[in-house]
Amino acid sequence: MNLGLIGFLLLMWVLIVVGGGIAVMILGPFTVSGFGKLGLFVASVIKAIVALSLVVLWIMILLKLKNWIFKKELRP
Amino acid sequence: MIDLLIPAVVSCIIAFITVYVTVPPLIKILDKRNLAVRDVNKKGDIMVARPGGPAILAGIIASEIVLYAFFQSSEIIAIIITTSAAFLIGYVDDKRVMGGWFKPVALAVAALPIIALGAYDSDLAFPLFGSVHIPILYLALIVLMISITGNTINSIDVLNGAASGFMVIASFSLSICLFIVQNYEIAVVSLPLGFVSLAFYKYHKLPSRIFPGDSGALTLGAMYGAIAIAGGVEIIAAVALLPAVINSFLFLSSVKKIVEHRQIRGRPVEHTDDLRLKATSDRDAPVTLVRLILAGGPLSEGQVVSAIFKLALFSGVLAVITAFMMGVSV
Repeated sequence: MNLGLIGFLLLMWVLIVVGGGIAVMILGPFTVSGFGKLGLFVASVIKAIVALSLVVLWIMILLKLKNWIFKKELRP
Repeated sequence: MIDLLIPAVVSCIIAFITVYVTVPPLIKILDKRNLAVRDVNKKGDIMVARPGGPAILAGIIASEIVLYAFFQSSEIIAIIITTSAAFLIGYVDDKRVMGGWFKPVALAVAALPIIALGAYDSDLAFPLFGSVHIPILYLALIVLMISITGNTINSIDVLNGAASGFMVIASFSLSICLFIVQNYEIAVVSLPLGFVSLAFYKYHKLPSRIFPGDSGALTLGAMYGAIAIAGGVEIIAAVALLPAVINSFLFLSSVKKIVEHRQIRGRPVEHTDDLRLKATSDRDAPVTLVRLILAGGPLSEGQVVSAIFKLALFSGVLAVITAFMMGVSV
């Protein structure tokens, strides 16, 4: 069995678990004060931006991992 | 849980038998209408009937209607409508090749019945850490999920038996996970997907007598996504689907745009003289799961499919571990 693919699968799984941890432990309880009734909305916008940034960051990490794990296979 | 046993057994039998019985006449009808495509991995002009989607949909609808008679839940209706819509989208693509954006966008629309019928819980559950309540963001997740699961299963439908066999492993893994997280009703609702895939695999496995086509692959993928949402096991479902997700990820990261695979110029795989599959050194060819499996040297079609199944099994085990981790909090 292709060990590179197994390793890539495992790393993706670890990234999913870690990403979940960040979402629940840090992003979930995040609140902002000083905006009155808009506080919830502002917090939601910040959470959405951070979540999307994390998705982009995760994709970039995966691309780096892909190039690192499959550097031999991807060489033309 | 005993009261779920009868609906589970009856629906699984109906799912399996419906597909098992309807595929042979469907092959005859498709052959008669000249609806067959060349199997590019075989010597000579071996023609294979396509699409097998109608038989797959028949099995799903028949078994889910039986389950609805027992449970009367809106989740089952949502799964049936979304799956049927995905079938129609695939059928249009089978008949007439559409642009690269057609399937992702149309599948996003197919997800709307799940939202309209409220067949979801807007808490996104993660292993070890609990869940987050994301009422607005979750709606976007529903739309994305159906689009992604449908297209990833479609993208892995490249070799004899690959898509249906992969779906057997992924869907049974998902059913086991639903039992582990004690969502018994959706676990029972998910079982027909595995049995439909298993019955279809009998005709799709090497050497294929029928291909699922876009209508079959999108039907299987969309139903898988709909079950994941209705069962609140989105993360677990994503883990069980990882080899197919990797395939789509590799493809998109090398092509760098959403494009229909038929529009790609470079071929990722070619044939040796003895008709084994071999990775090409074509710079324009996309990187795919099959290409990486073949990086170690040429393999027969059966060996490549077997490697995909091993990866699916590995992901299935990871999904089961993830399901157990849902009950643990740090």
